[in-house]
Amino acid sequence: MKTMELRVTVNGQPRKWSIGPGDLLLDVLRREGFFGVKRGCEKGECGSCTVLVDGRAVNSCLMFAAKVQGCEVLTIEGLADGDRLDPIQGAFLDHGAAQCGFCTPGMILAAKWLLDKNPHPSEDEVREAMAGVLCRCTGYIKPVEAVLAAAKQPAKRATRKREPAGVAR
Amino acid sequence: MTGRKVVGVNVRKVEGHKLVTGAPAFTDDIEMQGMLYGKILPSPHAHARIKRIDTRKAKALAGVHAVLTYKDVPRVPHTTAGQAWPEPSPYDTYLLDSKVRFVGDRVAAVAAESRAIAEKALRLIEVDYEVLPAVIDMELAMAPGAAVIHDEPDSTKIYDRSHNIAGYILREIGSVEQGFRESDFVVEREFRTHRQQHTPLEPHITICWLDPNGRLVIRTSSQVPYHTRRQVGQILQIPVSSIHVIKPRMGGGFGGKQEMLLEDICGALTLASRRPVKMEFTREEEFYMARSRHPQRLRMKMGVKRDGTVLASQLTVLATTGAYGSHSTTVQGNTGSKVLPLYRAPHMRFECHVVYTNAPVAGAFRGYGCPQGFFAQETLVDEIACELGMDPLDFHRMNVIRLGDTDLLSAQLGEGKEGLPRVVRSCGLPQCMESAARAIGWAQKRKKFPSGHSHLRRGVGMACTMQGSGIAGVDWASAFLKMNEDGSFYLQVGASDVGAGADTVLSQIAAETLGVTLDKVIITSGDTDITPFDVGAYASSTTIISGGAVKKAAGKVRAQVLEVASRMLDAPVDQLDCANNEVFTTCACRKAVSMTDLAMQAMYKEKFQIMDGASHFNTDSPPPFCATFAEVEVDTETGQVHVLHLASAVDPGTAINPMQAEGQVEGAVAQGLGYALTEELVLDADGRPLNPNFLDYKMFGFQDMPKLTTILIETDEPLGPYGAKSISEVPINGPAPAIANAIFHAVGIRIRKLPIRPEDVLRALHAERPANLDEEAMFAL
Repeated sequence: MKTMELRVTVNGQPRKWSIGPGDLLLDVLRREGFFGVKRGCEKGECGSCTVLVDGRAVNSCLMFAAKVQGCEVLTIEGLADGDRLDPIQGAFLDHGAAQCGFCTPGMILAAKWLLDKNPHPSEDEVREAMAGVLCRCTGYIKPVEAVLAAAKQPAKRATRKREPAGVAR
Repeated sequence: MTGRKVVGVNVRKVEGHKLVTGAPAFTDDIEMQGMLYGKILPSPHAHARIKRIDTRKAKALAGVHAVLTYKDVPRVPHTTAGQAWPEPSPYDTYLLDSKVRFVGDRVAAVAAESRAIAEKALRLIEVDYEVLPAVIDMELAMAPGAAVIHDEPDSTKIYDRSHNIAGYILREIGSVEQGFRESDFVVEREFRTHRQQHTPLEPHITICWLDPNGRLVIRTSSQVPYHTRRQVGQILQIPVSSIHVIKPRMGGGFGGKQEMLLEDICGALTLASRRPVKMEFTREEEFYMARSRHPQRLRMKMGVKRDGTVLASQLTVLATTGAYGSHSTTVQGNTGSKVLPLYRAPHMRFECHVVYTNAPVAGAFRGYGCPQGFFAQETLVDEIACELGMDPLDFHRMNVIRLGDTDLLSAQLGEGKEGLPRVVRSCGLPQCMESAARAIGWAQKRKKFPSGHSHLRRGVGMACTMQGSGIAGVDWASAFLKMNEDGSFYLQVGASDVGAGADTVLSQIAAETLGVTLDKVIITSGDTDITPFDVGAYASSTTIISGGAVKKAAGKVRAQVLEVASRMLDAPVDQLDCANNEVFTTCACRKAVSMTDLAMQAMYKEKFQIMDGASHFNTDSPPPFCATFAEVEVDTETGQVHVLHLASAVDPGTAINPMQAEGQVEGAVAQGLGYALTEELVLDADGRPLNPNFLDYKMFGFQDMPKLTTILIETDEPLGPYGAKSISEVPINGPAPAIANAIFHAVGIRIRKLPIRPEDVLRALHAERPANLDEEAMFAL
């Protein structure tokens, strides 16, 4: 099979991967050990595979890996700063917003995408921004509470913006 | 309640950190050298015989390592239901068979070096089918001349195979005939419920390999690791001792994983290929090749006195289990035994036929037969109350089961056999009703009838429900604890955290009993080589049964801790207590020793490890209670029903972790709302699923949830650890009847079929729209 070289920054680290032209971002990320990216439907309907590509939440099951050439990808594994959790992650723990935890990475990244562009969202805005992620455990109540609580900690959120290691665009 | 430090506290989940950081915790989160991808060839026909099957081309394909058909595997009738031995479900299923009984049934299985090769190999398998007449409609299953679905001679425990009856139940307390005779009013109605799918976000997945000793390792997302081990041994005809089942973190189960669905075939492919094999359902496959909730037709009849006293209730059910009888009689038995005794009627009768159809297989699903039964009962009760001119809340206050009552129907109707009488030793149902009624504004809103001329009408409705906490006399669990040098404890439990937080709750019970902080308990759950036996996570049993085992084991270990401390502190055991990771004297001259020093003393000076285990079971199944109140807005022009506010008040006994308990209610309500309004797996006339995806099968999402008020009414259950009963199932039963009753309050129509679709509401509005819709008088019928 023909392969191509993918240069991408994942969680701040530049990577060079050999991929097939039809490979999906979900499959490539999991193959490379980013197991926090979950396979829930492979049709862009459940949001469990959500990652941020250049800051934007996408369903990685719908995106060809080749599309992220030169991009910056953030997966759940890259959100905490060492042992220091992102306030969204901490809020998910404090509010009991993760039950089985399978959709949790997608939820947290959708929340990050929202709070990065809208640091003080209303409840409706939270629900709208996260509508692409389905959850069968929580009934969505505690995840919404968690995101709203995380939004009240802007200082903490601001401090953990990390400079990505350089990558050729 | 006093002095508890860990139980009853909203601690963070012990397993939470790995979940929010995306650590590789789930079944699929490993990559193994040489791992193959396994795939099932599903039947395209609802009912057919395999006349010829040729796998030569598939086997010849490069990268294919195993192809299995019924010719290659042992033929062992069994059930896939993950139930305690001997399973009450029929033994009517085969690893692979020469006959297929529903669209999606197993025809063959392959293992190949990639998913793409496996899929290509499936296309290369040549099959000639003799297509047989199919029975899709359960109403026709018992009819003379209907195709017989289980005509094979070697299946067992089928009630009446020639009429497609998997199971039959008839139980009576008192005499309903007499009860109806003595009643002033007798009302009978028919209800219909549908096929709901569990849709855990993590579909079924299993990875099998052979360990260096040649034992079969099964890494699987299962609620029942021990039952699975036993069943795989039975099916593959290998000793239980040669199987090691590992349950990693589970991505939801809801009963769908109380089932051995992939483990047997994945194990067979591993034995055939001698390579690790991964099998998983795609989302589409999960919808119809996994399990669903039993559709039922329910005829419910109730007799009451003029003052509202219930004298007799009778429930007659026709249910379909689909092509195989997994959980067939047990789910349906629950429809009677957990539902009818909510009312203190002296006369009760429950009759049920569970029939086979050539449809996707039904199974265990959160609520386990209760959502269907309570939809019928609570809708009928609301109608009776309204007919009598009573407030439904008053009707419930008057008639529901009370503290000290004995439910005799449970004695007659157990897990596929006689059961044990159920005594209500804790009951917060009255407070549940009052609190939820207040939250929804019942008193004001019930008085204020929908008025004005808007096409948007509002109404409020209610329902009361109960469940069990474990299966009385059947479910049991064990736990083991051992102390480490640093004063921490390994807790080993067979219990299977489905995702609901059992690992945390069980750790809290251990920590509380041992007097240590939660971080001193390291839990391992659901690994058949490491952890002691547990029947598994089902029937709302984990907190009360597995938790009971943990409390007992921790009590024994605590006694050992105190003995060592007694020697170290030179104080009698009865003057010692432990808390905050130390043991201290309770007398005036306070002396203390840390758990760490104590552990070092035991291990290196006294030369023994502090450790012990215990098993636990109950002969009763204490009911948790729930009151669900809903406020809806009905659009009379479109039939659309919007739930504006839902209040669910639950009595779970003691909430070991109230935050997690609330989460169980919220999740159950979301699933219950979907059951009531939007979710249905639809089959065409040939038994093919029409909507096996999340776009066409509508679950509630972030933007669909109404305002939700969750209320915990804690009681102290004598049979539960620290007074706990259960919580995860009971709140799913209430939304459907509460919404149906609120719709009646809003627009005066009775909906007796689920899900409540806009077209059904609109049709009903046009069919029986009362002329006096705008007049308050209609509610004093």
